[in-house]
Amino acid sequence: MTTRKIQSACAVLLLVAAIYSCDSLIPEAPAESDLLDGPTEGLSTSEQSRFLKGDIAFNDEVFTPESGLGPVFVANSCGSCHAGDGKGHPFTTLTRFGQTQPNTAPDVSIGGPQLQNRAIPGFKPETLPSGVPSMDFTPPAVTGLGFLEALTDQQILDNADPNDSDGDGISGVPNYINPPSYFIPKPFHQPVGGQYIGRFGKKAAAIDLLHQTVGAYNQDMGVTSTFNPIDPHTGLSTDPEVSDQTIRDVVFYLRTLKAPIQRDQNNPEVIRGKEVFMSISCSSCHTPSFTTPQSDIEALSNKNIFPYSDLLLHDMGPGLDDGATEGSAETFEWRTPPLWGLGLAPESQGGEFFLMHDGRAKSIQEAIELHGGEAQQSRDEFVALSDADKQALLKFLRSL
Amino acid sequence: MKKLIITLFIGLLSQQLIAQVDQSLLKDDRSDSLENAMNMDALSNRVYATSSSPVSIGGYLEADYKYIGEDGLTDGHTFRIPRVTLFITSSISSRIKFMSEFEFEEGGEEIAIEFAVMDVNFHPLLNLRGGVVVNPIGAFNQNHDGPKWEFVDRPIAMTQMLPATWSNVGFGLYGKMYQQDWAFGYEAYLTNGFDNSITTNTENRTFLPASKNNKERFEESSNGEPLFTGKIAVRNQNIGELGLSYMGGIYNTYEDDGLILDEPRRLDVFAVDFNTELPFSETYIVGEWAWVFVDVPNTFTQQYGEKQSGGFLDIVQPVIDKSMFGFDDAVFNVALRLESVDWNVGTFNETGGNIGDEIWAVVPGISFRPTYQTVFRLNYRYQEQTDILGNAPAKTSGIEIGFATYF
Repeated sequence: MTTRKIQSACAVLLLVAAIYSCDSLIPEAPAESDLLDGPTEGLSTSEQSRFLKGDIAFNDEVFTPESGLGPVFVANSCGSCHAGDGKGHPFTTLTRFGQTQPNTAPDVSIGGPQLQNRAIPGFKPETLPSGVPSMDFTPPAVTGLGFLEALTDQQILDNADPNDSDGDGISGVPNYINPPSYFIPKPFHQPVGGQYIGRFGKKAAAIDLLHQTVGAYNQDMGVTSTFNPIDPHTGLSTDPEVSDQTIRDVVFYLRTLKAPIQRDQNNPEVIRGKEVFMSISCSSCHTPSFTTPQSDIEALSNKNIFPYSDLLLHDMGPGLDDGATEGSAETFEWRTPPLWGLGLAPESQGGEFFLMHDGRAKSIQEAIELHGGEAQQSRDEFVALSDADKQALLKFLRSL
Repeated sequence: MKKLIITLFIGLLSQQLIAQVDQSLLKDDRSDSLENAMNMDALSNRVYATSSSPVSIGGYLEADYKYIGEDGLTDGHTFRIPRVTLFITSSISSRIKFMSEFEFEEGGEEIAIEFAVMDVNFHPLLNLRGGVVVNPIGAFNQNHDGPKWEFVDRPIAMTQMLPATWSNVGFGLYGKMYQQDWAFGYEAYLTNGFDNSITTNTENRTFLPASKNNKERFEESSNGEPLFTGKIAVRNQNIGELGLSYMGGIYNTYEDDGLILDEPRRLDVFAVDFNTELPFSETYIVGEWAWVFVDVPNTFTQQYGEKQSGGFLDIVQPVIDKSMFGFDDAVFNVALRLESVDWNVGTFNETGGNIGDEIWAVVPGISFRPTYQTVFRLNYRYQEQTDILGNAPAKTSGIEIGFATYF
């Protein structure tokens, strides 16, 4: 065999070896439980196709002045606020204002209900009127929302106790919201005086995911749609800047994002932590589980879910009273935030915790210690826990 | 008989046409290397397939195969022709020269005039160049021909931060001088510039290449303000070459039809490049680093950064230099590229924390050059990229195999 043939054979072998070793060269995928994004299990192929369209619109579509951004806005894409579908960062914290009493309309004459603190070049952003109470909202995680939307109003009302009739110090009331014109009630909705139970947002001011999504496009990005054609800058109607189809795709995406998966469930310390969680009555508001009813999406139907939220409003005390509100909520009332995905928050918040509604808490422990009002008793019991129980509880919460 | 007459006629006519050509214009540009060549000469010292007439035609082709994945997901096996490029050069007289480069990217999806100039030579230190010039920012922008590099991908910093290949309509001067082992060169051009899209684009970051989508820049300036690009470089035969370059000007459309739309906003880019060959090992080292400063309105989102920096370092070591596979002057190299870009240098207004949006990559590879004009490349790429918040990086790696050849 000549030298040239040997050289050629070696080159071919090298190439073949390189190509056949391709898969081993690809970085390993993170464990499914370490990710918040991804579709819920059991979607049909057509549903996965719709999920993909929504995924692209949510995570990849960036609005520019040419495509409808602003002119005043908070963020220029959905993904800017919800990196990896997780909790947001103070970089995209938004400010709501203009309503200081329950069941009143936000004062649009002063720029409410939301501050658009950024503007495209050549325009001036809004500024908060002097002396007006306001609330800062750090973007929440968006995973598992479809399961929460699937719950019936009755399932939410089952945990409500407006007059604290059981005497446990925990009330829990729904936030009743005036529906937008495009809202189509489902059979499970139970309106009261033409208002519907809100379940999304820090104050539970959005009735369903379409309501939440249309509001985000409009108020967060200054992008108008046929659902809400009013430009936040001028207060006048404009041509739609995002299509109905795109909004529907994003809503479908949000509905079918998987629920966060708990990690280390069998770890003895995590198990102990859950026992502590229950024993100091955190679960009175952070309701551990629900079972979804039949849904138009089979993958969401009849599933046991573990959101650790009752989706109701609770008095959180004067320390968390920002003086502003939404819907029928008092200024000191906040919706119980779902705790699922809590341990993964730093994965989307730049490696840090920014907890509570405005990101003021830099750790889970600090967040617990900021609880007041109806949660004061549980908070005090947490502070009094032994170090071991405290660490077990924190480990349990980080496993969610 | 008729065919024979026609053939003879064409043959005689061809001889007559060749006789009318100034023989001094005929040239052979197939030089493998020019000892005094600098980066700025890259566009004029190319390899041409036909060069025995006043018009030289050449070009290069790049093709590759990739299997790349990110965090466990891959698009599978991908074959590409990133670009086919055609050069046409003509010596109009001994002192006037036309040079051009037409690029067909992604199988013809994009066809671009990358370079089309007329050079008038007054003196080695004073040459006038006008037309579609390649702005001399850094070194890669001018020295971008695929067959010259041992890596399948172009450097990220030079193509995604700096917008190589960045060319524009304008005029300027260039020149060189020599003193023993030393060579000095300069270039200075005024051209049309960038536009608003560098800070309002769907890349969601300050992105100079966004302006390349604006084909109208070959017709008119976006703001009536010229972009200045200048470079000085010095080379020592025994040490290497060092280049310093600057590009800057107003980038935005701040006025239209007499109406003030925004305040004028500047873009300033600085770059340093160098290359050398270590005499004891023949190791070739080339690198470039650049800094971008953009006046972004402070009322706009910090998604679009005011500062960027990035660059690359290539180390190429010939390991076998002998007759191989029937090629007399074949060379087998091992190579390594290190590259990084910080797309958004700064801190968040809200937290004071570091803004992410960074990428770095390490690309070891081997290359085989059967001739100087042709290279086969096999690279392994590993890179990590963080989002703007600095969350855990997306990890990308895989294999890239390709070839590039002049023709």
